[in-house]
Amino acid sequence: MKQNIMALALVTACLALPAVAVPAVAGPRDDIVAGFAAAAKAADPAFTGFDAARGKALYESQNTASAESPSCASCHSASPLKAGKTRAGKAIDPMAVSVTPDRFTDLEKVEKWFGRNCNTVLGRECTAIEKGDFITYLSGL
Amino acid sequence: MRLIISALCLAGIATIALADERMGIVNDDLTKKECGACHMAFPAGFLPKRSWEALMGNLKDHFGEDASLSAESTAAIRDYLLANAADASGKARGFARGLAADQTPLRISELPRFKREHGTFSEATMKKVGSMSNCAGCHRGAEQGYFDDD
Ligand code: HEC
Repeated sequence: MKQNIMALALVTACLALPAVAVPAVAGPRDDIVAGFAAAAKAADPAFTGFDAARGKALYESQNTASAESPSCASCHSASPLKAGKTRAGKAIDPMAVSVTPDRFTDLEKVEKWFGRNCNTVLGRECTAIEKGDFITYLSGL
Repeated sequence: MRLIISALCLAGIATIALADERMGIVNDDLTKKECGACHMAFPAGFLPKRSWEALMGNLKDHFGEDASLSAESTAAIRDYLLANAADASGKARGFARGLAADQTPLRISELPRFKREHGTFSEATMKKVGSMSNCAGCHRGAEQGYFDDD
């Protein structure tokens, strides 16, 4: 009987452990978003937080800088839950984190593609707020 | 005698394999990764050095897309492409043969020999394949370096 209680306590402790451990270590995506938040705050002290609705609007916005690539959605597909396609016909994994879990986990990769794609589609760099909004939208689908 | 024949056979196979590789496959990991993010990483031997120089010198406007890379990656990929270009050994090989010295094509599909071998396609075929950059749309083994399946 005593043994059973011990075992039960052990199992309970083990089950509880991850729940305690997870919030303590932020994932790489959280770190990346936190970096953008710090930059957004530095640029605008009135910044209060990222907004998925603004991220969705950016993802779907139709722009004029490029005739071939008017929108993020033109390569990344209208639904971020679905695979996209480059102009050359190569498949792009879905942008939604729920479907492609390693999205936005490598800062170098994230910055490389924001740099290129914002310039192609919008004709300018994206702001830290836009980057954070974009990732927030795609992390919550 | 048997040994000599076997040795010759092996050497022959190795030569063919090597030639195939030089013509048809990108065997540099960074080049494969970065170019391959948007389209098949095209074999370096499909364009002459001056074309690769022009392309790698203007990644900011790569056929209407910003394809910029870090300075280090740009230099490393450029070096690989130049070292393996169609005219790397001095004389133009393959697709780059018959190209006038004052021409610097930016598209493989603009090369005279490419055009001669491909002719024109129906609208339906182009719709299916999507783009002239999609070699594997018709040549199923393109990514492995095989284009001789037509
Ligand atoms: C011309 C095609 C194209 C357009 C237009 C495009 N993208 Fe992309 N994007 C890609 C490709 C290709 C990748 C790399 C492949 C991958 O990550 O699966 C990528 C990757 C990304 C990544 C990196 C994702 C990660 O996992 O780290 C971000 C961020 C991104 N795009 C943002 C945008 C934004 C914002 C827009 C609109 C302003 C946009 N893209 C428009 C083709 C495009």
